Amino acid sequence: MDPILNPFSSGTRLRDMIRAIRACKTAAEERAAIRKECAAIRTSINENDPDYRHRNLAKLMFIHMLGYPTHFGQMECLKCIASPGFPEKRIGYLGLMLLLDERQEVLMLVTNSLKQDLNHMNQYIVGLALCALGNICSAEMARDLAPEVERLLQFRDPNIRKKAALCSIRIIKKVPDLAENFVKPATALLKEKHHGVLITAVQLCADLCKVSREALEHIRKKCTEGLVRTLKDLANSSYSPEYDVSGITDPFLHIRLLKLLRLLGEGDADASDSMNDILAQVGTKTESNKVAANAILYECVQTIMSIEGNGGLRVLAIGILGKFLSNRDNNIRYVALNMLMKAVTADPQAVLRYRATILECVKDADASIRKRALELVYVLVNESNVKPLTTELVSYLETCDQDFKGDLTAKICSIVSKFSPEKIWYIDQMIKVLLEAGSFVKDEVWRALIVVISNASELHGYAVRALYKAFQKSNEQEAFTRVAIWCIGEYGDLLINNVGMLDLEDRITVTESDAVDLIEITIQCHALDFTTKAMALVALLKLSSRFPSCSERIREIIVKYKGNFVLELQQRSIEFNSIIARHQNIRSMLVERMPVLDEATFIGRQAGSLPDAGSISAGSSVSLPNGVAKPADSLVDLLDLNSNDAPAPSSSGGDFLQDLLGVDLSPAAQSGANQTSKSGTDALLDLLSVGSVSGPVESPSAQSNSSAIDILSASKSEKASVSPLDDLSSLSLSSRTTSITGAAPMMDLLDGFASTPPKSENNGTVYPSITAFESSSLQLTFNFSKQPGNSQTTNIQATFINLSSDEYTDFIFQAAVPKFLQLQLDPASGSTLPANGNGSITQNFRVTNSQNGKKSLVMRIRITYKINGKEKLEEGQISNFPRDL
Amino acid sequence: MIRAVLVMNTQGRPRITKFYEFWPVEKQHEAIRNVFSVLCSRAEHVSNFVDAESIFGPDSRLVYKHFATLYFVFIFDSSENELAMLDLIQVFVETLDKCFRNVCELDIVFNYSKIHAILDEIIFGGQVLETSSTEVMKAVEEITKLEAASNAINLVSKSVSNWRSR
Repeated sequence: MDPILNPFSSGTRLRDMIRAIRACKTAAEERAAIRKECAAIRTSINENDPDYRHRNLAKLMFIHMLGYPTHFGQMECLKCIASPGFPEKRIGYLGLMLLLDERQEVLMLVTNSLKQDLNHMNQYIVGLALCALGNICSAEMARDLAPEVERLLQFRDPNIRKKAALCSIRIIKKVPDLAENFVKPATALLKEKHHGVLITAVQLCADLCKVSREALEHIRKKCTEGLVRTLKDLANSSYSPEYDVSGITDPFLHIRLLKLLRLLGEGDADASDSMNDILAQVGTKTESNKVAANAILYECVQTIMSIEGNGGLRVLAIGILGKFLSNRDNNIRYVALNMLMKAVTADPQAVLRYRATILECVKDADASIRKRALELVYVLVNESNVKPLTTELVSYLETCDQDFKGDLTAKICSIVSKFSPEKIWYIDQMIKVLLEAGSFVKDEVWRALIVVISNASELHGYAVRALYKAFQKSNEQEAFTRVAIWCIGEYGDLLINNVGMLDLEDRITVTESDAVDLIEITIQCHALDFTTKAMALVALLKLSSRFPSCSERIREIIVKYKGNFVLELQQRSIEFNSIIARHQNIRSMLVERMPVLDEATFIGRQAGSLPDAGSISAGSSVSLPNGVAKPADSLVDLLDLNSNDAPAPSSSGGDFLQDLLGVDLSPAAQSGANQTSKSGTDALLDLLSVGSVSGPVESPSAQSNSSAIDILSASKSEKASVSPLDDLSSLSLSSRTTSITGAAPMMDLLDGFASTPPKSENNGTVYPSITAFESSSLQLTFNFSKQPGNSQTTNIQATFINLSSDEYTDFIFQAAVPKFLQLQLDPASGSTLPANGNGSITQNFRVTNSQNGKKSLVMRIRITYKINGKEKLEEGQISNFPRDL
Repeated sequence: MIRAVLVMNTQGRPRITKFYEFWPVEKQHEAIRNVFSVLCSRAEHVSNFVDAESIFGPDSRLVYKHFATLYFVFIFDSSENELAMLDLIQVFVETLDKCFRNVCELDIVFNYSKIHAILDEIIFGGQVLETSSTEVMKAVEEITKLEAASNAINLVSKSVSNWRSR
């Protein structure tokens, strides 16, 4: 065929281009081909040859579809539109719709052309202009061209009338104020006999109702009856057979009419009343297995559910949906579920009748249907049916697809925690879920289970036995393993003695060594991650106290990990070993049962989308000296299942420690403990799993982390010098003490109550403290110490004292140093400074002097704080550092 | 309203794309890729509906049909009836079939602008314009005639001018 005679081909060159692009074997080749083509088109555009304009645009549209930039062709569209010929105009408008959008300023230029074309003699050109306007009309164009479109609603040719009606929709959506102009012509169109015009008129009326309250009232008053009659006629006989789809009378018009009736009936009893009969007729008489018929029924059901109540109709509607649910066609089932979802709010009881069918849909092979069904089940659950529904879902968990398990477990967990009638049931169900799909369970979920167990004191024995029994059969699911280990460690004594036996339980005989065996097997399992292993170590430590006879064996297991590559495990192993071996007298106090975790706070925090978890994970991972990256929250998470919200104020760290150990520290020891800043305490608290990190408000995770790092780095550098038995204490404190010049004694916290005389440990030179800054309201002192083996780096501990009688809040210390110095600030011990010197804030930082010996330290500081909410700022320069730092 | 019509082949190459709402070009292509990755992983004989909210934002639904090497995808909001959209895809494909007699992917590739003419007669600015393929065919044929007529005039005038310049 001669290409020029083919009206839809823009000459051979377009075909050639498409062929060339299709022939490209790689993406790079394609890009090159397109680049070449674009260059050619640009040149052609610059030459401004009108003969090629059409072809160029056609090519650009193809290139645009492939996802390449085509903005340089935008002006060509406008030129084409302005040219007189039909083919040029057509391609121009097509390009306008594809290459431009309503946000481009170029569009302003086209308004005039559009106006002319809307008044064109040739109705096909009018059609093109309407189509373009309907696709890309902006608010300004809508205002300018609305009168033209309004006039075209009465055009002689029905094809133009229907396009004008749809174009009006775009206009009133862009400028709702214009709606009132369109109400009259739109309602006039409703009386049309031409099918296409009628369907678009109904659509226009529906959109008018959506944008304007007055239009809705008007149409409701004037047109409801007429629309009902039209629908009745349509339902009784088909009047334009070419619109019938597989024997069903014009489903599209049916649907449009039902939709408009829905808008009219919503919130208006009279209008709803007038359409009851026809809805009932459509709902009962339309009966077929065809998709088209079901589309009508589906729309009818939606209308029935939305308009003002009629009990009989609703029953009919839900009946229809019920039938849909058992339809073999997946699509029908899908829409039925969608619809039931909406019906639930109106009439949950009626929907509940189809519970069994809906549950079947949860097991459907089709992912879309499963998902909808599961969502529906989720909203259907209430206190009375939670048990059977959960049982069904849990049993399905065993057989369902891996892809679906995530969604399903999340929903089950949520249902169980929301509606569980009793704790024992909750525990049972969660154990089942963890066993079946533990890897899909979120961390909060298994933690919540631990919280619930710990709160149900009468069920401690039951829970630990249930977990033990299940654990013997399977230890594949990590989340389950964690819960089981935690409980066995915590309630091991209840396990072996069958304490708190419930009637429904079978007696089991577990010896002490059975329980230890189980944990030993677990800890040796390579598949488990180190968090679980660390939990197992804690459990072992606890069991060593619960089962004194196994103590030695447990110690042997623990000792195996003292050389572990994972620092967390190594640390725990060394520390726990020391506790078991050396501190028999306080061990039982250390590993006493956890205080009951506060369920309310936990749940409250979960509801508040876990802000704590968020802030902890924001702390990201910290790289440790030996290169092992340690998740920042592992330490906190692991032991602090419940509260890291600082029950003890930061300054009372020492007291807290005292309480905890139940020992009377000598004054020296206490001051030592106090001075060592609370990070040390944190570490110890963590260690003993007291479940409380009393970190500063700003960054609890950072604090506990830094202490963990200090401990670990200290353990490396000092292992040689400190006897293994001193490990624990030196681990927690040595790094601190070295940073406290002279006076700071090295205290063995656990040996503290033995009267070891304070022993000064310093690394050579002692530097005097200086008062770095003093104003009428604030005093700042610096204590110095050198890092052993690194003469360039100085550790500085800054102590801030408030000299005024007002409390300072939001206390922030900032420092700046010249280039030859490097400064690293640790977090401050707090942000609130009590009045009258009744406490202090300490902050450690390190300064590295690259010009050590030549230049001495110098520093600019800036301190901001608030007094009763009022900002205060103090600045100063410190140059009185000791010379040789 | 209908938000977008996508036709892509089973390799994920877009064949016809039409967005009835503003979407930056890069986003369009990202969406097409995402749609394809969902569609190609779906088994045969499952429902024609896919959850599209993750791709097209809230209140969006996706219906697709698979014919030979092509996916026909309609994306629309809750004001449209899902099952009716399925029928509308059918109308679109039937019309193409009438137009090209056993339409295949190549017809669509090479008659790109004609396909757009057909689509514009079925969907207008995101609203359903015409649901009878006979009516659509009539409108498209009128346009074809008009183009042919003016092309013929061009042809005559050109040959006349060529002849004169000789």
